[in-house]
Amino acid sequence: MPPVISVKGLTKSYGDLQAVRGIDLEIEPGEVFAFLGPNGAGKTTTVEILEGYRRRSGGQVSVLGEDPANGDRAWRGRMGVVLQECQPDRFLTVHETLSLFAGYYSSPRPVEETMVRVGLAEQRDQRVRKLSGGQQRRLDVGLALIGDPELIFLDEPTTGFDPTARRNAWELIAGLRDLGRTVFLTTHYMDEAQALADRVAIISGGQIVATGPPSELGGRADAATEITFQLPAGRTATDLPPGLGEVKAGSDGVSLSTKEPVAALNQLTGWALAQGVDLHGLTVARPSLEDVYLQLTQAEEDA
Amino acid sequence: MSTLRLMAHQARFDVRSQLRSPPTVFFSLALPVIFLLIFAALFGQGTEKAGGAEVSMTAYLVPGIVTLGIVSTTYVNLAIGLTVLRQNGLLKRIRATPLPLPVFMFGRVVVQIGFAFMITIVLSLVGLVLFGVAIPLDELPDIAIVVAIGAACFASLGIAMSAAIPNEDSAPAITNVTVLPLYFISGVFFPVDEAPKWMTAIADIFPIKHLATALLAAFDPAGTGASVLWGQLAIVALWGVAGMLLALRFFRWSPK
Repeated sequence: MPPVISVKGLTKSYGDLQAVRGIDLEIEPGEVFAFLGPNGAGKTTTVEILEGYRRRSGGQVSVLGEDPANGDRAWRGRMGVVLQECQPDRFLTVHETLSLFAGYYSSPRPVEETMVRVGLAEQRDQRVRKLSGGQQRRLDVGLALIGDPELIFLDEPTTGFDPTARRNAWELIAGLRDLGRTVFLTTHYMDEAQALADRVAIISGGQIVATGPPSELGGRADAATEITFQLPAGRTATDLPPGLGEVKAGSDGVSLSTKEPVAALNQLTGWALAQGVDLHGLTVARPSLEDVYLQLTQAEEDA
Repeated sequence: MSTLRLMAHQARFDVRSQLRSPPTVFFSLALPVIFLLIFAALFGQGTEKAGGAEVSMTAYLVPGIVTLGIVSTTYVNLAIGLTVLRQNGLLKRIRATPLPLPVFMFGRVVVQIGFAFMITIVLSLVGLVLFGVAIPLDELPDIAIVVAIGAACFASLGIAMSAAIPNEDSAPAITNVTVLPLYFISGVFFPVDEAPKWMTAIADIFPIKHLATALLAAFDPAGTGASVLWGQLAIVALWGVAGMLLALRFFRWSPK
């Protein structure tokens, strides 16, 4: 199957400001793709070009097989959009709003089923103005789904949410994957990208600085594992067995950096048992997505 | 859905929404009735010259306040309503659906034109029941033509004005400032035959006076035989076309 979104060398300038500086992307059918980056990195500009809201300055863009700059009614009927800020008509009810939008599409999903899917069955006859922030966002997702789209854009879907509302929104978005839809998500939350996305691209300063599955991003799969612990009084790092990797001793304990964490741990704990000592605060950590993200976006800012 | 069915679909929900919206109901229906009651109470005893004959002040007031009703339900309401929808991001959202934009606009405009007819009927009935102002049944087709043209033209001016309004907060002030002074100098509340020349000259530029004059002629309170004042309507229509061109050029879908 051809990619749902294909972008080559995309650029966008506003006067002298180059907001997007040559982006390449390929997004496959059924993929949940997260576009991660700090505010002002070019996320929204890019997604709005893909949605057909903005004209690009250069490069090639294909969304659902068409150039978004020439997207027609039929093309718009195949995608759903959740904007950062959008309040539907305040005086209509949830059911009416979904019915209104359903009428815009040639083969919409059933209104009742969509309402249940986004968890608004109890708010069926409630006016939009009376919904909470989280409920309104659910309605936005419902409106994006009602046309039974192949592709759904979600622009920062949980910004400003409390932790519970965010969890609920995540479950909802994860459910879109089960429907087999392609999802293009922008976010500046690492945990959101990690929880939802099959693949992540990190954008910084208008360029993609890393792309891959969250677990492998920025070489995370190959990166060294950190093992940290404290030695009991009277023992120093020089007492440790050799071959544990790179050992650093500091005031707050010892840290080893190793590419073979299983072997190193086995050796380390075997040594501790044999010596009859305890290793307080023993932790094993891989670099988090956040570490990678900060490292990559920071490098860009410093450059 | 065919375009026609889509228009009906959109308009059906717009009617529901508008009837539940307090500002719309106030500006479209309540405000003109309040104005009619106040001005009738203040000046209702006198008579006025209209169509070359003396008519009661209340008979003069009904078409005048119908003018105000048409302007506030189409121009004021559309300009405020579209500004709110734009600020809420809904216009931008609609652009990402297959709904053709003219159909969306049509829904809003047709509802306001419907309201214009409703307020014409309501004011005529209030005039009849409270002040004994006869409803000119023979002239209904003429009145309908004038109301329809006036409503359509002020609707297009309302859409154009929404592009000039920066945000929701300033919308009611800006729209009302552009019409309230004109009501007074355009003969909506009382005749302005004896107004200073410069004031008449200003009023003649804008469409409210021409709509008021055309409506007064169509209601024909003197019973001298109504006529459609095509010349006056042509000026109103010219404003409507100018509004449409400005709207097409400057209309904004996204909030600033």
